[in-house]
Amino acid sequence: MNLLMASIAMIAVSGLPGAVLDKRRLGGQFLATLFSAAGSICGLYAVGRWLAAGGQSDLRIPWTLVPGADFHVGLDGLSAAFLLPIFLISMLGSIYGQGYWRQSEHAENGRKLRLFYGLCAAGMASLVVARNSVVFLFGWEVMALGAFMLVATEDDQPSVAEAGWLYLVATHAATLTLFGLFGALWAICGTFDLPADGSKLAPAAANTVFVLALLGFGFKAGIMPLHVWLPSAHANAPSHVSALMSGVLIKMGVYGFLRVSSFLPEPPLWWGGLLLALGVVSGVIGLAFAVAQQDFKRLLAYSSIENIGIIFIATGLALLGRATHRADWVLLGMGGAVWHVWNHALFKALLFYCAGSVIHAVETREINLLGGLGKRMPWTAFCFVVGATAVCGLPPLNGFVSEFLIYVGLFGTLGIPDAGATLPAAALAAPGLALIGALAVACYATAMAGIFLGAPRSSRVEHAHEARWTMLAPMFALAGGCVFVGLAPGVVAPAIDPAIAAWTSAAPGGSELAAALIPLAERAPLGWLSALGLSLVAMLALGGVVLAARLRPRFVSSSVTWGCGYVAPTARMQYTSTSFSEILTGLFRWALGPRVNRPKIDELFPQSASFASSVPDSVLERVIRPGLNWIAERILWFRVFQQGNVRAYLFYMFAALVLLLIWPH
Amino acid sequence: METAIHLLTVLLLPLVLRGVINKTKAAFAGRVGPPLLQPFYDVIRLAQKDSVISETTGWVFRAGPVVGLATVLLASLLAPFGRESAPVSFSGDVFLFVYLLALGRFFMAIASLDTGSAFEGMGVTRELTFSALAEPALFFGFLVMASLSRSLSLSEMLGESFGPQWQTSSASLVLVLVSWFIILLAENSRIPFDDPNTHLELTMIHEVIVLDHSGPALAMILYGASVKLLLFCSLIVQMLSPFDSGYALVDAGVFVVETLVLAAFIGVIESTMARLRMPDVPRLLVTACVLSAFGIILLPH
Repeated sequence: MNLLMASIAMIAVSGLPGAVLDKRRLGGQFLATLFSAAGSICGLYAVGRWLAAGGQSDLRIPWTLVPGADFHVGLDGLSAAFLLPIFLISMLGSIYGQGYWRQSEHAENGRKLRLFYGLCAAGMASLVVARNSVVFLFGWEVMALGAFMLVATEDDQPSVAEAGWLYLVATHAATLTLFGLFGALWAICGTFDLPADGSKLAPAAANTVFVLALLGFGFKAGIMPLHVWLPSAHANAPSHVSALMSGVLIKMGVYGFLRVSSFLPEPPLWWGGLLLALGVVSGVIGLAFAVAQQDFKRLLAYSSIENIGIIFIATGLALLGRATHRADWVLLGMGGAVWHVWNHALFKALLFYCAGSVIHAVETREINLLGGLGKRMPWTAFCFVVGATAVCGLPPLNGFVSEFLIYVGLFGTLGIPDAGATLPAAALAAPGLALIGALAVACYATAMAGIFLGAPRSSRVEHAHEARWTMLAPMFALAGGCVFVGLAPGVVAPAIDPAIAAWTSAAPGGSELAAALIPLAERAPLGWLSALGLSLVAMLALGGVVLAARLRPRFVSSSVTWGCGYVAPTARMQYTSTSFSEILTGLFRWALGPRVNRPKIDELFPQSASFASSVPDSVLERVIRPGLNWIAERILWFRVFQQGNVRAYLFYMFAALVLLLIWPH
Repeated sequence: METAIHLLTVLLLPLVLRGVINKTKAAFAGRVGPPLLQPFYDVIRLAQKDSVISETTGWVFRAGPVVGLATVLLASLLAPFGRESAPVSFSGDVFLFVYLLALGRFFMAIASLDTGSAFEGMGVTRELTFSALAEPALFFGFLVMASLSRSLSLSEMLGESFGPQWQTSSASLVLVLVSWFIILLAENSRIPFDDPNTHLELTMIHEVIVLDHSGPALAMILYGASVKLLLFCSLIVQMLSPFDSGYALVDAGVFVVETLVLAAFIGVIESTMARLRMPDVPRLLVTACVLSAFGIILLPH
């Protein structure tokens, strides 16, 4: 535990030396990465040692700051499961930042970026080990404000500043809800401890706590319709920050939700059902938005919403398992959820790094301006293919393993393999998950094509260059991770078992259910998945060798792409990302509300015409912004109090104090 | 022995299926038609040819056919043919089956888009959208099968023990059967979804995706697409065939005959129907989803 706290502290101060060093030299940047990497390796070692040895790991320091709240941190299966991606991704991101956000190229904001990068990562690590809601909220706010500063790194650009403000508003809406949540827990259970004693919660109180947790943590996780801040924040932050946010930070919402839901007593069926429904909606609509995006980082951001949906489907299954006392569903649901958290950290960070390399090379995020980058950035393109295959949940990579567990669990609600409690309605989430998977294939195939394949659509691509090795190394590490987890899931499974056990046993009377859990590796046919994954790799290698032999230069003559007889095609004639998404955007028109400006042609010889279409976030633009404007108009009279006069504010404070004094005790 | 028969079936039957479909269509049109084994001759000749490859393409274009073929071949090891178990079967292999096909689709799509051709872009968009709509229908059907057989393995869902279910839950099974047959036509680009014989690139789906592939790569694609047709046919045949003789060879023979009959039936459909307008395709696919979803509701509890 001490090693863990030391490593968190090391990460927290990693940007500090650089902040006082010369802003044009690279020294501060190296020191930041060194500290961050050293801290992360210590942290990974500490967590790994705990996973191998187990045992009690606690640190409690009496703390007079808040009555009844000690500084209490500890490590259990759930904390360990979320610490691993935090350390791994923050370390890789800091290495990636060496090349991507070089101090000499970003003298103005590089130091700020590194300072808050470390703080944000340390905030996340400390909220995950917090055993006390005050410590938890402290870590939460450090993370949230750190992330705000990170999103607003380039705040001289209007779009970045706006994304930052939107994020700040959303994150504080979440924090406010969490204050309500922990206040309610304190009022009922009488302690700030985490996990609290759930047996004191009456069903009505438990429902309130559940809804508050879903709202507060759902905001951070970006579940639909609480996702409004996520696309612009992910798109406008520097890419390694987007990777940290998408891969790890939004998972803190998942962690918080899992932590709080773990100790709620006797979950009713509707909790799990609600999560399944929210998960499927997030997944399907999130992908529909993703397909329609023309900014590839927004596309990745919407795809994060989809993956959060998958994680919530799995969590819903686990909650249903607890409601019906089916250890099997809990095992597969929680196993799928935690595993998907890891997988998403691996492949989404990889995809954001690829996006960063592309931005570094061409300085635009518009897919419609790219194309043909695969020839100029072969390694980035290769990593993108790996990441895209993984994010679509395709075998033999890691995404398939977690989706496989969730499928087995969802089909299990039909009473498979053994009869007993069945819940066929829950199994209807399985076709939803299948739709999500197929839409993901459509989304990423067209994104891949728009960015890397075909011919360049603009001159930006002509002088693109491959990413620096400091950027490629973390990408290769993550791609290797995706392949390894996909081919050897049996090695990874034992590290997830403690998280499932911790989540199950924290509930009142949960130890009975926890005792019925079996190791994940015994339940799921992970050996078969490895065997077939390896045979697929072998078949691909064999087929590749055969085809390569038949495609030696002397058997091949090259030509232009077949254009139905037209021999002078230009790059502008290619399908663009907008054209790719046209059918799907049309099918989901009811949810997306695309804005299309097309000329109305009513003369015989129309002269010039232009066409434009965009898909703004419909929840933000159609519900939240008008709603907030409505409220703002209603409370205009409040401005009377905002004088900007210090004496007036002093008077308000005095009046408030007097009120508190005469408040009847 | 069973495994050998299975592998032999995967090797030989798929291309014959194509031949049967073409022969049936020719018979309806009053033509003699190409020989039954013409698809074999095509594949063999293509495999020996040199290639013409677009300058725009890179390694992705070359990887597509390999992945496409490897995934359907691996998937074919999971599908039961006749009343025997498939060579590989484990609890959950049904998910691997579907996702292997999706992997092949993903790589065929990006391989095709590597050429930068607008025609291929159109085809890929259609193919990916239509398969996305077909996927839930397939899974609704698997839900019905899984809950009838209490198993997550294709071999147990559709293999040895299938048959008695027709007496208890025929309504569900009929709905799934119709739904899966629609999916069979959609996933294999047959009429009414796509016309394999069309000559206008603008209206193609599958054919336009492979427009730029030639020589051995095209042979791989042709063979892979035929194996995929066999796999979807096998799902239908497994549901319909109640026959179990106990002899592996006889069963395999029965399976082959039934599959050929199904292929002839596809030929009949292709000869007697016109293809749908593109905007109507999603409607038919959603209908397939709804049908198999009703199948779940009608399950006896």
